[in-house]
Amino acid sequence: MSDTPVEEMTFEQAMAELEQVVGQLERGEVPLEQSIALYERGAKLKARCETKLKEAEEKVAQITLDAEGQPAGLKAAEGL
Amino acid sequence: MDLLDDDTDTGNTPEFSVSELSGAVKRVIEGEFGFVRVKGEVGRVSRPRSGHIYLDLKDDRSVISGVVWKGVSARLETQPEEGMEVVATGRLTTFPGQSKYQIVIEDIRPAGLGALMAMLEKRKAQLAAEGLFDASRKQPLPYLPEIIGVVTSPSGAVIRDILHRLRDRFPRKVLIWPVAVQGKSCAPEVARAIEGFNALSPGGAMPRPDLLIVARGGGSVEDLWGFNEEIVARAAAASDIPLISAVGHETDTTLIDYVSDRRAPTPTAAAEIAVPVRMELLGWTGEAGARMTRAMGQRIELRGQRLRDLSRALPRAETLLDQPRQRLDLLGDRLPRGLIRGTEQRRVALSDAAGALRPSLLSRVIAHGRESLGRRTDRLSLRPIEREMRQGRERLATLTRRLDEAGTRRLETPRSSLDGLTRLLETLSYKGTLSRGYAVVRSGEGDILTRKAAAEKAGALDIEFADGRLSLGTPGAADAPATVPASENKPKPAAPRSKRKPAADKPEQGSLF
Repeated sequence: MSDTPVEEMTFEQAMAELEQVVGQLERGEVPLEQSIALYERGAKLKARCETKLKEAEEKVAQITLDAEGQPAGLKAAEGL
Repeated sequence: MDLLDDDTDTGNTPEFSVSELSGAVKRVIEGEFGFVRVKGEVGRVSRPRSGHIYLDLKDDRSVISGVVWKGVSARLETQPEEGMEVVATGRLTTFPGQSKYQIVIEDIRPAGLGALMAMLEKRKAQLAAEGLFDASRKQPLPYLPEIIGVVTSPSGAVIRDILHRLRDRFPRKVLIWPVAVQGKSCAPEVARAIEGFNALSPGGAMPRPDLLIVARGGGSVEDLWGFNEEIVARAAAASDIPLISAVGHETDTTLIDYVSDRRAPTPTAAAEIAVPVRMELLGWTGEAGARMTRAMGQRIELRGQRLRDLSRALPRAETLLDQPRQRLDLLGDRLPRGLIRGTEQRRVALSDAAGALRPSLLSRVIAHGRESLGRRTDRLSLRPIEREMRQGRERLATLTRRLDEAGTRRLETPRSSLDGLTRLLETLSYKGTLSRGYAVVRSGEGDILTRKAAAEKAGALDIEFADGRLSLGTPGAADAPATVPASENKPKPAAPRSKRKPAADKPEQGSLF
């Protein structure tokens, strides 16, 4: 298990660890007591993955540039 | 003469000063070549700090020096590079201070497609030599980027394609940095956009993207040329944000494709590379959860089954006691029988022993003993004892007789000698003398006095006669001091007197015999 708290994991980290957890549970490698803890962790990881997947929000903005070509602000990109 | 003649021969030729001649040449050249196009190969190029570019244009036989003024060089679409086949446009001018002429270049462009490609190959080789194309430089793309920065034209079909595909797969936040995607401003703008995105701070009002896409639709080689420029390639190589290049169609490969972390054949493909499919991931996550639950359930079911099996195999407590209890019953049953049988066995043994026990057996033993006794009694007789007694008695009589004889004999001899001695003693004793009229005088202290002087000195006298003693007088007071020294000497003679007494007693002892 990685040291990163589940709540701070990226989707990829959470997914990789969830994959591991599922594998371990399916292979029955760990004692029953540990597998319960493992299951709980797996559930957390799954929740984290789903949270990240629910964050699927489209937001498109276009950077506006000043005379020197430096970014000056954002404007909504419309009609795209 | 001849020399003088020669001098005078030049007489009507106008004479110039150097400056006048130089000025005349300058006027002719600038007038004649005020606007020229010249095709040649770029020779030595130098770019001093001033910003001007000095270069040589050459072909196989000649060389013309050229200069690109600072203001012009900034506008150039193609920067001159040594070895490049170019067409330069400009005017000729002279530089009178050094007797030189040169071309002031207003524009310079590669001479045809072949020249462009040759230039690109050269650039590519140089960047490759610097290691900018190395696979080790490629950064991994984030699996699921939060913000995607897109460097492209905001108005083309390209951005629409990208956004459309992103929407299908996984809607994300997208920041568009608008750039010209062709023309001479393309390369500087694209380069600045890449640098600009990298300069943004994560989480700010304008958040730094975690993935960049540099995209452009298909076009001619010249249209795409901006993405072959070195500044674009260097900016892409220097980008800390992973970068996907998607320029032109699949068959078009530009320089940025070599330095980007990933090359997408089309802008749409770039969107597909950028994000995973959300629905698939949701499906996977759900499946992972289901697998986990299933695995867990199976495990618990398995353990439960095992537990049930084991508990079935575990004997009940009461059944554990059944067998010992049965054994106890069995043994309890056997116990009285065993006792009875034991008693019976002993009884049989007793009766067996008792059967053999009869009086006749005892009487036989007695008879035997008696017989044996009889044999011994027969041998028992008084005669030897009587003989011994008789012999002893005779011996005793003999010894008694001998003892009597010896005793008598032993007594007779001393008795006769004793009588003799007694008589002699009587004769010799002063007592005998006493009886003949003599007396023994002693001082009061018991000393025998044989002289008159001694008798006078003594205070008291003790006179022994044959039949007793007579004491005379007591010592006078005047005599007392005189007797003291005498009395000091006297105690000693007293001892002899006591000694003499036993001698006087002797006759008495002798009389005891």
